[in-house]
This record gives sequence, C-alpha cells and structure tokens, in this order.
Amino acid sequence: MSGTSLTGWGRTGFSQARVLRPRHDDEIAQIYRDERFVIARGLGRSYGDAAQLGGGVVLDNRGFDQIGPVAADGTVRLGAGVSFDELLTVALPLGWFVPVTPGTRQVTMGGALGADVHGKNHHVDGSFASHVRALRVVTPQGTFDVSPERDPELFWGTFGAMGLTGFVTELTLALAPVETDQVLVDTDRFDNLEAVMNAMIDGDANYHYSVAWVDCMTRGKHLGRAILTRGEHATRDEVAEVSLRAPRTGRLRVPFAPPSGLLNRASVRAFNELWFRSAPRHEAREPQSIQSFFHPLDGVRDWNLLYGKRGFVQYQFVVPDDHAATIEAVITRLSSAKVASFLAVLKRFGPGNRGPLSFPRAGWTLALDLPVGAPTLARVLDELDDLVLEAGGRIYFAKDARLDAAKVGAMYPRLGEFRELKERVDPRGQLTSDLARRLHLVGN
Amino acid sequence: MENAFGQPQNVVILGGSSDIARAITKKLCAARTSTVVLCGRDQTLLDASAAEARDYGATRTDTVLFDAVDPSNAARVVEEAFAKVGEQVDLVIVAVGLLGDQLAMQNEAEAAARMITVNVTWPVAALAEVRRRLVEQGRGRILVMSSVAAIRVRSVAYLYSGAKAGLDRLCDGMADSLEGTGVTLQLLRPGVVRTKMTTGIPDIPFTTGPNEVAEYVMKGLASGERVIWSPPILRYVFAILRHLPRPLFRKIADR
Repeated sequence: MSGTSLTGWGRTGFSQARVLRPRHDDEIAQIYRDERFVIARGLGRSYGDAAQLGGGVVLDNRGFDQIGPVAADGTVRLGAGVSFDELLTVALPLGWFVPVTPGTRQVTMGGALGADVHGKNHHVDGSFASHVRALRVVTPQGTFDVSPERDPELFWGTFGAMGLTGFVTELTLALAPVETDQVLVDTDRFDNLEAVMNAMIDGDANYHYSVAWVDCMTRGKHLGRAILTRGEHATRDEVAEVSLRAPRTGRLRVPFAPPSGLLNRASVRAFNELWFRSAPRHEAREPQSIQSFFHPLDGVRDWNLLYGKRGFVQYQFVVPDDHAATIEAVITRLSSAKVASFLAVLKRFGPGNRGPLSFPRAGWTLALDLPVGAPTLARVLDELDDLVLEAGGRIYFAKDARLDAAKVGAMYPRLGEFRELKERVDPRGQLTSDLARRLHLVGN
Repeated sequence: MENAFGQPQNVVILGGSSDIARAITKKLCAARTSTVVLCGRDQTLLDASAAEARDYGATRTDTVLFDAVDPSNAARVVEEAFAKVGEQVDLVIVAVGLLGDQLAMQNEAEAAARMITVNVTWPVAALAEVRRRLVEQGRGRILVMSSVAAIRVRSVAYLYSGAKAGLDRLCDGMADSLEGTGVTLQLLRPGVVRTKMTTGIPDIPFTTGPNEVAEYVMKGLASGERVIWSPPILRYVFAILRHLPRPLFRKIADR
C-alpha cells in the first residue's frame, strides 16, 4: 500500500500507514465504516509506537484546530488538534496559563489527554485529566459527549488510553490564571540522591512546581547527584516589568541526523558534568521565562535527530512512596551498566486519578533518555522493569517502545476495566496501534 | 510487534530445522519472541525445534511441512504460516538451502537443476508472497540466509555458490525496492558454519558454530544493517578475495 512512514519521537520502529486529516465528526464515523483499523495521531511526540499503525489508517487530529473564547472562570472549549503552543499564544496574553504542561509545547490537547500528561505541578494539581471538564469522543459505536458526571467510564477511561477508546475531537479545559509570564525559581544543587529526595519530601509542598535533574552516570558517594529547581508564577508585584507574552519556539534546528554514536558514554558524561557544574549551589527567586523553565528543549527544533539513525528510547516509571529505594536501585544499576544516560528527571507525584490506564500515582517518577546501540541496554531495561514491578510500580506508555507484554497486566491491574469499556465503544477492535499490538492491550 | 531494539514477537521461519535457524530461534525466544511458526521438510526435526523454542520462552509454536523442490507450493506455505501466527508477522527468516555434493551433481541435469530450485527458485517464490503480505502490513522484516560463497563462486562448489550468488544479488535489489514501504530486508552472509549440512568439510579460518552466527544475527537485527557478516571480519576478507587475480584466488579456493 502507498502511505506515510511514521515513527515516534524516539525514531525507533517505523511503520507505514495511510494518513487522513478529518475535519468533522461525520468524516470520522465514515472512516470507521470504511476502514478496518484506525488510530489518532497529534504532533508525534510520544516516544514510542503509540500513534502509528502499520497497514492501517492514522487520523491526524490537527484538523480540529478551533479555539473558543475563554470564559470568565477560565474554561475554554477547543479542538483536540490545538497544541499547547497555539493555546498559549492565544491565552497567555489574556492572563491564562495551561493548568498542566508537558516538557514541550509541541503536543496537542488530544495527545495530552491520550497520555494523561503530567507536569512539574503534579504533586499539587494532578495530571491533565484533573482540568478537563468535558470531552467529545467519536467511537465506532457513535459520538459521545462525556464528563465526570456524564458517562464517567468513557470520560476517565480515555485518559491514558493512548487513543484506544476513540478519537477525541473537542474538549473543555479549565485554564489557570497568571499575572505575569515569569516564573520565580529556586535552584539547589545536591551531591547525592538521598539529599535531593529528602529536600523534595520536606519542601515540595511549599512550591507549585518542582522537579530535579539527576545524573545517572556518577557512582559512589556522588551517586545520583542532582539539581533541584522549584518555582512559582511571579505576581505583578514581584517583577520589575509586567508582561504576558507567549513563548516563542526557538529558531535553532538540528539539520540532519548525525551518525549514531555521537551521543556516547564519554560525550554524555561530559555534558552531565558541565550541566552539573554550571548550576549554582543555591539560588533563590531567579526570574525565568516560561520557555526556559517549562520547555527548555523547545529551544532547539528536531533535537531528537541528535541521537542519530538508530534513535533513542525514553524510560519512565513510577514507584509508590514506600518503595522510594527503587529509585536508587535503578540509578545504581544504570550507572554500573555500560549505557549512556542523560540527566534524568526525578519528580514526586501526588495521588493518581480514576482512569484505569492513567500513568501517574502517588510516589516517585524517574524519566531518562537512552541512545539505542549499547548491546546490553535491552536486557538492562528488562531488569529495571522487574525492579519496578516488585515495587508495585509501572511504566509510562507514552514513553515506551520496548516493554514486555507479559508485564503489562501486573503494572496496570485495572486493564480489565479498560477492556470492558473497549468492548462497549469498539466491539470490533478497530481502534488499535503498533503499541497496543506490541503490548497486547487489546485483541488483535 | 517488534520493539525498539529490533526484537520481534511473531516470527515465521522458512527452513526452520536447519542448525543455524534453530540457533537463531533460541536467541529470539530468549529475547522477546513469543510466537514461532517453523516450516520445513522433516516433521520430527521441526517438532524438536518447536519444543526447543518453547524451552527458550516461546508461548505459541506451530509447524508447516513442505519440500522446497516444488516452488508451486511456496505461496501456500507462506499463507499457511501467516495464518498460524494469526497476528502481524514481525520477522520472516528464509533459511531454505541445500549444499549438496558437487562432484555427484555436476554431470547430472536433474540434480544440478534441483540446486537452483531449492536455493533460488523456491526462496524467490516464497519471498514474493512474503513481500506482498508484509507491505500490506505496512511493516516487517525479512532476513535471507545467503553465504559468503555468494561473493566469489568457487570451482569446487559452483552450484551452491552460484545459486547463493543469484539469491544474494536478487535480494540486494529487492531490499532497495522495499524502501519506503515500512518493510526491510537484510542478508545474512555467514562463513563456514559447523552444522549437519557441512559435516565432513574441514574447518577453515573463520569457521564458527551456529550460536555465534545467531549472536551476530541478533546484533544485526538491532542495528538494521543491510548485510550481516558472520563473523564480521569476513566483510574485509572477502573485500580482498573478490578482487584477487584469478590464479591466486584459485590457489586459495580450489580445494
């Protein structure tokens, strides 16, 4: 068949699909009648194979691009193909910020709810789902307007389900008021993992945003040395000049994929060292832009190409608070394995939500980027999965490209509820993806 | 579905009872492979290979019996194998082949023709059906067992080497033709491997066992390189051998 070659942000498994861009709910209903297998795709920022479907039809959601007026209470009705970047361009000058933002603005609303994304404020505000008031989901069994009150099973079941419950065309989102476009940031440097984790346990409640960057390549007494950044939106009184300008995507671009191996153990170690040493031991109330605090990687377009032809995988897991020791066990295993890993992101989650496939739950989450190429990497990550499982934790589907299907049921014990919902809205199993097939989330 | 490290879940092996195929099957199952359909001409060997696959972690195995002397069965065999997998197939290994005794065959029309049928015609017929199905899937991988013998045909094994040369060159072009389909084809070019097929052939330099070949295959699947040499140094050895003046090449190879 003629089609488009699609892959995730990690550029690992390519597959070919026919891409369509519907603009109305009716068109999608017709596609369900005409085609056997279908999945939605936004801007392709999932790292693995969630938004691709070999031999099937991929529905680009960017045709649903309208943004309604922002109501006095901050709610806005908008198309699921709108990106965070586009929404902020409209909303920030009016004094509204997105209630939850992932690490890039190049994610659509549909992608954000499919993955039920979280941000640096999860410990305070929960995940994306907590701020969505209503959804319109087009399923093979019809179009449903759902909310926490109306058909809560389909509403909650859609968050984290990676598009497998239907194609979301519109949503109502509650925005958060801000007075300026600046964030006041406290930065602290810690020489080891224990110190930074203690600081997060003691202090996170005092901050709206909190995240730590951890070096996973140092060993011994500097194992897990880290830089903790925590911040608040600046109020009018706290800045010299009040402004509400939307962030702009950087003009720098990675022009082509260099040979795999550019990012190797030596170069990554050097980068980590430089990053760590350039951070202040302690700095308080430093004003930062939205771009540099929330979306530093948006400064360089197509940065994923830096990992070369073979691409990279991102590994992200969460473990409950009473298994915080797993974080150290994972970093110890990684630092002794011969793999290159960039600074990892460590964050404390608040409680999870009702979505059976929603990733966040109370505890600790760690995310790291790993270039494909080290021969031991596949096995090391399988071992880490076992550590995570023993701790009662789970892997994040939006990042995954390699988890063993046999472990999914134990990581997501409410998979059965999701499958019941699936039976109701998609009895023929039309909504599937390379990810769903690989992890046996649904029947084939 | 294959994962980010080139480890497949669903595998079809044509020529599934060869020693090299068995060694590869074991390594695949030890990684992520859960479903294996083995196709070959000896049910006992296929069953043994299937049992081995399960020992190494496969949860579902099945077999298809066929003989490669008849290319008219190729499409049916592939169809049956895909049906037995029942899901998308991630990897098809074409390991059908016959070494034969050159001296006994070189003056026999039927025996000589059979060398081309088994080593080229049947695999090419099967590849046509495999290609059609994988392109329809929008993804998948093909691994074709060639040989370093394909690089320069030796007088003492010209039927085997010549047949492999035909298959090898054909697949190289087929691999290019698949660009943009989501399907890839990789060639495996092993040197002499100690197997039941090569019993009696003396060890020459760079001879390996089947497990080493399987190890290089796993690495090759991960890296996606077009040609997997086993051992890798043979890439350079044959870069020289193929350009040696004929008298010198014959002095080395005619034995």
